[in-house]
Amino acid sequence: MNILQKLMTVLIAGSVLACTAIASAAEEAPDALVKRISQEVLDTAKNDKQIQGGDQQRILQLVEEKVMPYVDFQRMTSLAAGRFWREASPEQQKQLTAEFRDLLKYTYSGALAQVRDQQVQFRPLRAGPNDTEVEVQSQVLQPRGGEPIQLNYRLEKLPGGWKIYDVNVLGAWLVQTYKGNFASEISKGGIDGLIKTLAERNKRLATGAAKGVKAAS
Amino acid sequence: MKRAVRLGVVAIALALGGCASTAANDPRDPFEGFNRAMFTFNDKLDQVALKPAATVYKDVTPSFVQTGVGNFFGNIGDIWSAVNHLLQGNLEYGVTGVMRVAVNTVLGFAGVLDISSEAGLTRHKADFGQTLGRWGVHSGPYVVLPLFGSSTVRDTAALPADIYGNIWTYKDPVRWRNVGAVVRLVDQRAALLDASNLVEDVALDKYQFVRDAYLQRRASQIQPLDNSGWESDEDTAPEPAAPAAVQPKPGGN
Repeated sequence: MNILQKLMTVLIAGSVLACTAIASAAEEAPDALVKRISQEVLDTAKNDKQIQGGDQQRILQLVEEKVMPYVDFQRMTSLAAGRFWREASPEQQKQLTAEFRDLLKYTYSGALAQVRDQQVQFRPLRAGPNDTEVEVQSQVLQPRGGEPIQLNYRLEKLPGGWKIYDVNVLGAWLVQTYKGNFASEISKGGIDGLIKTLAERNKRLATGAAKGVKAAS
Repeated sequence: MKRAVRLGVVAIALALGGCASTAANDPRDPFEGFNRAMFTFNDKLDQVALKPAATVYKDVTPSFVQTGVGNFFGNIGDIWSAVNHLLQGNLEYGVTGVMRVAVNTVLGFAGVLDISSEAGLTRHKADFGQTLGRWGVHSGPYVVLPLFGSSTVRDTAALPADIYGNIWTYKDPVRWRNVGAVVRLVDQRAALLDASNLVEDVALDKYQFVRDAYLQRRASQIQPLDNSGWESDEDTAPEPAAPAAVQPKPGGN
C-alpha cells in the first residue's frame, strides 16, 4: 500500500490502542478499586506523624482527597431518605446531599483516627462480569488479637467508573442505620428540619475538628 | 379490696399509657417507650460512673496491664465461646477455641498472654443467644437491659446461660469475684471509648442509631457461617453469606 494508506493504518491502530488504554483505566475492577483506596488511606494514616498525633484537619484532608471522589453521595442520600426523597424539591435534594456528605466525611475521619497498625484482608470478588452492582467484602485484623472487624462495601457501575454507595461495618449497613434517624427528623420538621439538623451537627463537628479535639456532645 | 383493684387498674393504665405515648413506629421495637427509658438510664449511668472510670483506667494504666487484663478475661470468655461453637455444630471454631484456651492458659500465665492470637488462632466470640439463633429461635423484639444494654428477647433469655457459662462467676471469695467483674467491665468500656465517642458525634438520634446498628449486627451474627476465601482459597467456595450480584434492597438485612 502507499504512504497515505500506511499512515491511515497507523493512525487508526494508534487511536484504537489509546481508546482501549483510556477505557481500561476507567474500567478498574470494583475490588481492585476498594483495595487500592484502602491501602493508600491506611498507609498514609499509619505513616503520617500528624495523623498519628490526632490531627483532625489532616485526616479530613486525606479523606477528601483519597476517598470522597469514589463515593456516590447522591445515591446514599436518596437511599437514606427513602420515600421522602421524591417529596423533596431539587434544591432540597442538593442541600441534603451536601450536608449528608459532610456528615459522612466526619464519620469516616473519626473511624480513621483510630487506626494504629491494623491490616486489611480482602475476599475474592464474587460477581458476574456484567454485574452493575457488587459487594466487596473485607475484614480488618486487629493487632491486639480481637475478632476481625467485618468491613463490606456496595459499589455500582457508573459511566465514570465504580462508585461506593454503602458501607457495612460489623454487620450494620450505614444507609440502613441512618434511615431511621432521617425518617424521624423528617417527621418532626420536614426535609428542611432534617437539613437544618445536619447543618448544625456539621458545624459543631467542624469547630471540634478545627480545635484539633473531638467535639463532645 | 375494691380500692386495691382500682389502684391496680390505674397503675396498669399509667404504665400502658407510658408505653403508648411514643407511637411505636418500628415493628421490631414494640417496647420502644420502655427501651428508650432504659437507654437513657444506661447513658446517664455511663456518663456519671462508667465512662469516667474507663477514661481514667485508659489514661493511667500502663498499656501492657490493660492488654493483660483484656487477655485474662478474654481467655475466660473463650471457654464459653468454644462450648457454643460446638453446640452450633461448628467443629472448626470449637476445636480452635479449645486450643486457644489451652495454649493461653498453660503457656500464657492463666491467659494473661494471648499467645494463640499471635500463633494464628483468631478469637471468634460466640454466646448462647447466637447458638439459639442458629438453632432457629427467632430473636423477638428489641430489648434494652439495664447495664447490659442492647439485646433481644431471645438473647435476654439466654443471658443467664452466658453468666453461668463464664467461670469467673464461680470465683470465691465473693469479694474477688465482684472486683474482677468491675475490672472486666471497666476494661471493656475503655476499649469502646473511641467508638462510643464517634457514635456521639455522628448519630442524630443515638437511641435509634444504636438500635438499628445493633439489630443489623445481631442478624449478621446469626447468618450461616462462611469463612472461606480469606486465605485466597478458591477451591472451597460455598454459597456466599450475602448475595454479591443482586439488586440490593434499601432495607439491607
